[in-house]
Parts: sequence; C-alpha cells; structure tokens
Amino acid sequence: MPFPYPMTPESSVVEVTLESDLKNVEVAEEISRRVAGTAGFDEDDQRRIEMAVHESMINAIWHGNKNDSSKSVWLRFQIHRDRLEIRIRDQGNGFDPQCVPNPLAQENLLNVSGRGIFLIRSFMDEFRVESISGLGTEVTMVKRLNSGIQQKQGGTDREHESHNSTS
Amino acid sequence: MSMKATIRQVDSVSVIDISGRITLGEGCTELRELIRDQLSKGNKNILLNLADVTYIDSSGIGELVSAYTGVSKQGGTLRLLNLTKKVHDLLQITKLYTVFDVYDDEAKAISSFSKASSA
Repeated sequence: MPFPYPMTPESSVVEVTLESDLKNVEVAEEISRRVAGTAGFDEDDQRRIEMAVHESMINAIWHGNKNDSSKSVWLRFQIHRDRLEIRIRDQGNGFDPQCVPNPLAQENLLNVSGRGIFLIRSFMDEFRVESISGLGTEVTMVKRLNSGIQQKQGGTDREHESHNSTS
Repeated sequence: MSMKATIRQVDSVSVIDISGRITLGEGCTELRELIRDQLSKGNKNILLNLADVTYIDSSGIGELVSAYTGVSKQGGTLRLLNLTKKVHDLLQITKLYTVFDVYDDEAKAISSFSKASSA
C-alpha cells in the first residue's frame, strides 16, 4: 500500500481526514506504524499503538459515524520529545467510557463485545474522550517514550491545544 | 490481507487453518459462518489453528468467544492451536487464556478430543 503521508524526523505532526469507511482502518494503522517508528518506539510499542489506533478507528467509524461513508474521521499524530499524542475525531454523539462494562469481570468474560476501550487503555498511557459541540467526539491517546529513546531521538515538542477530559 | 481458511478433517476433529486478519467485518463474518457450517454438518469437535493469523482485534477476540460458546451450547468442543505471540498476549490481557483450551502441538490437540469424548 503506498503511503501518501510522508513523515520525516523534522516534521512532528501528521494530520489527515479519512472517509468513514472500514477500509480506511488499515490506512490509519499504516500511518500510525510510520509515525510511531519515526518517534522512536520499538516494534512492540509500535504494535500496541497500531492496535489502539485500530480500535479507535473502529469506534469512530462503526459506533460514532454509524458506518456512514458520507462522514469522515480526522486524525492527528504529534510527536513530542517524550511522547506521541494521537487524536481521532468522528462526527458522532460521543460515549462515556466509564459506562463500558469491565470486560475482565467474571460475568462479562464471555461477552462477545466490549473489549475495544479496555485494549486501548491497556496499550496506551493516557486515554481521554471529549464531545465537541457541533464537531463530534474526539479521543486523545498518549504513549510515552522511555527515557533512553527520548535522548536518542531528541524529538520536537511543539505547542498544542489543551483539551478538557470528560473521562 | 483478509482472512482465509481451509478445513481439514483429522479423525473426528475439524481442523480449521486460519490465516490473515480476524477483524470487524470480513474476517469475523467468515469465521462465524465457518463455525455455523461445521455445526450444521454435525461436526462438533473443532480445532482452530491460528498459526498464520496476522492480526486480531477486539471484534476478532469476541468472535472467538462467540465460537467457543456457540460450539459448547451445541454440546461440542472448540480448542485453539498455535497461537501467535500477538494473539497469545491479547488472550492473556483479556483473561481469556484460561477460558480456552490452547495447544501448540496438533497431534496432542487432536488426541485431547478423543480423551474428552471417552471420559
């Protein structure tokens, strides 16, 4: 698959808007792999970040945008000196992650669904959900680099907007 | 790469070799239909060989759970064979590793079905 969003060590932000189609989940995964590799994450963490992006994209397309291909999903990846911040926004009405049943509870263990948010929380260091009036729902995920990699990479740390968390 | 599956009959066991992605949409739907088809044919001993699964997401894990409970409800047995590290890790963190019977040796997995049925 060609990668249309070049990422160089000098650029710290990748922003893209994708049509709300499940086929674009793999596009988002590919972007996340490239960005996470550029940020200095090892293969295991790249895989974890990719899975978090995958689950967030599924939530955005399937649950947020109700699989409506006329809607879109906006993604923003920003490399900071010590972390990667990923924001994914759909055009849906949002959800409260606190209302998702604990999939590890004995009574939920054999549930068919309800593990997506749990996996994102497991793979990322921070996870926030914010409903933005008129825009949709935005998920922010942060993965921190370990100190050894930070020094090796010496990435940029641009200013970015602050976000309130509803979770 | 979307999901592909081939089915082999080994003794009384339907061995389903799965490759590719088990994710929301195509992969999950195909797996569901495969299991349904085996049950409709009366094949209630099912071994899922996941050696060549390249990717599985939360929906894919849910589909494995659905297959497991569906087969059990029909009086059958579903077991897993050759988990990749990715699948193994996901089953560990979701606490499902203890729910499934998991094997890394096909011959042992096949013989486990006959032991179960003769018990």
